[in-house]
Amino acid sequence: MSDPILSVRDLRVTFDIKPSGAWPWTPHKSLQAVGGMSFDVQPGECLGVVGESGSGKSTIARAICGLAPVTGGDVLFEGESLLSMSPEARRHHRRYVQMVFQDPLAALNPRMTVGEIIAEPLITHEPKLPKAEVRKRVQDLMERVGLLPNLVNRYPHEFSGGQCQRIGIARALILKPKLLICDEPVSALDVSVQAQVVNLLKELQKDLGLSMIFIAHDLSVVKHISDRIAVMYLGRMMEVAGAEALTSNPRHPYTRGLISSVPVPDPVLEKSRPRAVISGELPSPLDPPSGCVFRTRCPITREACAGERPAVAQVADGHLVSCPYHQDNAFGDVVQTA
Amino acid sequence: MFSRTTADQLAGVANAQAVKGRSLWQDAFRRFIRNRAALISLVLLGFVLVFAFFGQYLSPHEPDFVDFSLRRDIKNLGAPSIENAHFFGLEQEGRDLYTRVVQGTRISILVGVIGSLVAVVVGTLYGAFAGYMGGRIDSVMMRIVDILIAIPFMFVIILLLVVFGRSMVMLFVGVGLISWLDMARIARGQTLTIKNKEFVEAAVATGVKPFTVILRHIVPNLAGIVIVYATLLIPQLIITESFISFLGLGIQEPMTSLGALISAGASQLGFGTPWMIGFPLFFFLITLYAFFFVGDGLRDALDPKDR
Repeated sequence: MSDPILSVRDLRVTFDIKPSGAWPWTPHKSLQAVGGMSFDVQPGECLGVVGESGSGKSTIARAICGLAPVTGGDVLFEGESLLSMSPEARRHHRRYVQMVFQDPLAALNPRMTVGEIIAEPLITHEPKLPKAEVRKRVQDLMERVGLLPNLVNRYPHEFSGGQCQRIGIARALILKPKLLICDEPVSALDVSVQAQVVNLLKELQKDLGLSMIFIAHDLSVVKHISDRIAVMYLGRMMEVAGAEALTSNPRHPYTRGLISSVPVPDPVLEKSRPRAVISGELPSPLDPPSGCVFRTRCPITREACAGERPAVAQVADGHLVSCPYHQDNAFGDVVQTA
Repeated sequence: MFSRTTADQLAGVANAQAVKGRSLWQDAFRRFIRNRAALISLVLLGFVLVFAFFGQYLSPHEPDFVDFSLRRDIKNLGAPSIENAHFFGLEQEGRDLYTRVVQGTRISILVGVIGSLVAVVVGTLYGAFAGYMGGRIDSVMMRIVDILIAIPFMFVIILLLVVFGRSMVMLFVGVGLISWLDMARIARGQTLTIKNKEFVEAAVATGVKPFTVILRHIVPNLAGIVIVYATLLIPQLIITESFISFLGLGIQEPMTSLGALISAGASQLGFGTPWMIGFPLFFFLITLYAFFFVGDGLRDALDPKDR
């Protein structure tokens, strides 16, 4: 394999939580949103990240973009550490990693025209570019993402959610970044628009040779666009594998539960198929379980799980599972095509 | 999904010219126009402004010229009259009241507008900066504001005027010193809600510098509330200035302000010359009400759910 474009090494993000009504000297609680994640993104690859709400998916994205406080580990972009850079160098480096946000409308400044919004990164990084050139690039890109270029002077509130997301995508692409991080770009859109936006992203990724991290909680969407999928739970990585391998042959008990929870649009099949239901709630990240964080809800948990953090086992080439008991098939055969 | 060809076709049908969008400002302007009271007040305010800045050209008299021929008997000879061009009559020293009111209105409005401009510029930037930076910087900056707000400002202004002498500059300094404090608090509060919006994060993630983020993304989104507060601050400052002038500390002779004129008129109430208090009071009230209604209209136009 070639050198990865992005390597995340044992990344930790911890937020300080002030208990309500606390005195200044009361010790703060710490919320570990991401607790030691490691993964690589290869050039031209799309890595999908799935997990339920509160599993730290968005925090990972924000940490890579420098929007969340990183408390440990490192992020390497083309071999260079982003975290130990000077602020000036870091700012300069931001042009290579761009982000698409979850809420399409909230991500656009309501007082700026679409043209100004899309042009902002360009003006920030290439302030000497003549105005006509900026305008031309903005309009070319608008056309590329499926917006009418003559809408440059419109304001975000005059657009639909799908169109707003296209504007967000255009803004992220104007600097021709190497890595695009999509933080649940389609979860705020309705299903038909979702498909359009996902297909647009897929098309753009192929045409521009982008590397991409695609975050979503909808497994079928992620499977559609990703080459590899990482499954997160409570700020930890549970399983990483190629998209096909992960959906057809999940090894981690959590992944199996996740995959079997994807509904099948056929009532007969849906009723008859075996299901691995994960019961219970996500434990509080303020007080995560010791050892394996999934043990409180795991169907195959045993006493040893409370001790050490489970080691990462390699099942097949590129298929990593952080569960030593993944051979134990307590679910029976739940494999199905989503 | 627009395929490229349909996009091209549509672009061809709609003219190739860029479509003009309707900004939130234009939306707000439409709502403002529909508000009858605010619109009438705006027109009235326009008249008051024209009166204050061009009114003196209507009168042949100078504001500091004492008409000794009429001064003997102001009660009878100094009443408002068109014939001798003393439209508002004479004041107690025998000067033309019309030109005095023009001058007074001008000064009062200037005090209000300049004071509130200081508040807008200083207060907004200070508050936005504190709110955006957050943490310790925010705490220190806002505690300074708290301390300044705790000082009774009328005392400070009066002390300033007494210690450094009564002058226009001192009045502006005094008013400017206190007027930005509330604005800073309001701006900071708003900034706290805006800075967590995704468009600010998007700008930070692209590498926009913090100060540019404040100026480009925070301040324009504060503008609505700031404008409303500023228009409501102007009449407040006019009242403050008038009160100080009423006490005899504000504007110095031969300059005058509405407060000073009202004060002078009030002292002559017992001598049968009601025009001396009537005309300044009329312009005082008109100006105040107009500003208040315009401020209210702006609030209704700019505030509603903001999008």
